[in-house]
Amino acid sequence: MSTDAPDCSESLTEAQVRHVAKLARLAPTAEEVARDQVQLAAVLKHVAKLQSVNVSGVEPMAQPFPASNHLAADEPGPCLTPDQALANAPKRLDDFFAVPKVLGEGSA
Amino acid sequence: MSAGGGSAATPLGSDLVDLRDKIASRAISSEAATRATLDRAEQLNPTLNAFHELHAERSLERARAIDARIARGELVGPLAGVPIAIKDNIVTSWGTTTCSSKILQGFKSPYDATIVARLESAGAILFGKTNMDEFAMGSSGETCAWGPVRNPWDTTRVPGGSSAGSAAAVAAGICHAALGSDTGGSIRQPAAFSALVGLKPTYGRVSRYGLVAFGSSLDQIGPLTRSVRDAALVHSVMAGHDHRDSTSAIEPTGDPVGACDARAADPASLKGLRVGIPSQYLTGNHPGVDALFARARAQLHGHGATLVEVELPLTEVGISTYYVIAPAEACSNLARYDGIRYGHRTAKPGDLFDLYARSRSEGFGTEVKRRIMLGTYVLSSGYYDAYYRRALQVRRLIKQEFDTAFAKCDVILGPTAPTPAFRIGSVQDPVTMYMNDVYTVNANIAGICAVSLYGGMVKDASGGGESGAGSGTASPDLPIGVQLQAPAFQEPRLLAIACAFESMIGRAPVAPISHLS
Repeated sequence: MSTDAPDCSESLTEAQVRHVAKLARLAPTAEEVARDQVQLAAVLKHVAKLQSVNVSGVEPMAQPFPASNHLAADEPGPCLTPDQALANAPKRLDDFFAVPKVLGEGSA
Repeated sequence: MSAGGGSAATPLGSDLVDLRDKIASRAISSEAATRATLDRAEQLNPTLNAFHELHAERSLERARAIDARIARGELVGPLAGVPIAIKDNIVTSWGTTTCSSKILQGFKSPYDATIVARLESAGAILFGKTNMDEFAMGSSGETCAWGPVRNPWDTTRVPGGSSAGSAAAVAAGICHAALGSDTGGSIRQPAAFSALVGLKPTYGRVSRYGLVAFGSSLDQIGPLTRSVRDAALVHSVMAGHDHRDSTSAIEPTGDPVGACDARAADPASLKGLRVGIPSQYLTGNHPGVDALFARARAQLHGHGATLVEVELPLTEVGISTYYVIAPAEACSNLARYDGIRYGHRTAKPGDLFDLYARSRSEGFGTEVKRRIMLGTYVLSSGYYDAYYRRALQVRRLIKQEFDTAFAKCDVILGPTAPTPAFRIGSVQDPVTMYMNDVYTVNANIAGICAVSLYGGMVKDASGGGESGAGSGTASPDLPIGVQLQAPAFQEPRLLAIACAFESMIGRAPVAPISHLS
């Protein structure tokens, strides 16, 4: 991982926004891309204030208190039935979530 | 109109403890209280848009069961029969849980959140789900997919967010308590905008099991109420370890209810208290906020508290820290909304990527998509170190600042928000909106507990925000909030001090809308 400087330009390029959208599994319209180019850049410029803080030698803190694993006993407990688990499925096929074909013809 | 005047006008009593006692002594039945609550919610919802769903039949049935148990002289819980509203990002095995998002429209949870089970076993009547900023991302209640929520003090203004409907419901006198969640101020800022008490507990104090995740290292559930003793009561039922939440704290909860006794409520108990005043909280506020903050300091001093100057130089950088960490966690948490197992799925998807991307783009609103994009960006290759890692380093420094400050004082006092409630639609720029959270995000970043209390009423002709549009008509007075912050796991002490503060300032008046009938 590099320590690239933050991007402080007034706007992001269309390619940058489309790349991030792809990573985020979003399909923005042309209008949304244009808006994000400006608004995301404005937010990024604001959060670049972080660069003004001297953080040398400071350990990152991912959560407020030191975390330790809480291990549960390895015992079976109650769980959802297939019908409960599938109750909110947009598309169901028997006891499965139905999805478009992933492999095979037409796939890369 | 005083709170006492409000209590005379309603059979529901002056606050939750009052109503609970009336139900226990059979001065009013839980069924009647619940019916009155549902009626008022039905009546005011077209104006306020506070509720997404009301669960009348189930609530009345449970209320009758509580009444029957009380009639038989059975032991009932500390919340027996009192109606409480819950934010729509807390899952219930009845009704739907939508997070005010189209992507979860119609979602029915197969299980109850831990706090839902705890409140119900204490006898609470959970009668409805409140509207919120979509996935709790917002400071105004305007990003709700079901339309903006309105402030009972002035329905052209926002109630604050993200726990917008919860604040509006309590401020309008529909119920005495509602649950919110607070990731960067989402309980405290709406409490401030609505003249309520809003408690954000210490990180890990209340189980997050069944709270739809936004920023997992920041989120906490807490109450919005009319009085400090009510906040203590509701919090005490929810607090404590839960093995289903691996970040749930094992520290003892103490006795928040006992801490709010008559002795605590006497402002004489403020004598000798060391109240930290950060110089960073003294500038950049609405003049009315500055004036009431100054009045609170003078009153505390008058009651014998010692005002201690403390320094929190990273206060404003906290916003930058928060708006890196929270979106980073959010984009990861919201990856689960993929149109496969639950939630919205696009019609006629092509391949799997198309299904994901179109389902998400159709289901999420503008602010949620913006934060997902932001979070994805700051976590992406080449930017991770400059943004995310650095934000986590600053997070540690912010926590150290609080530690240093709390070595010199018992609590830190400041405004909850820099302005009173602004007009709906008046803040269009995301960065301006984010600055609303300048006094609240750092408690989440550091994991400490904090409470917003009623601080007084101000005039605000402009309407705040950028445009000031809508001015010209006479504006009603608006409430502002004052925040007390305390070290981690000191809820009982924080609430005791809050009790004294509440007595010193006086309880908030009742919003004018609550006199509609």
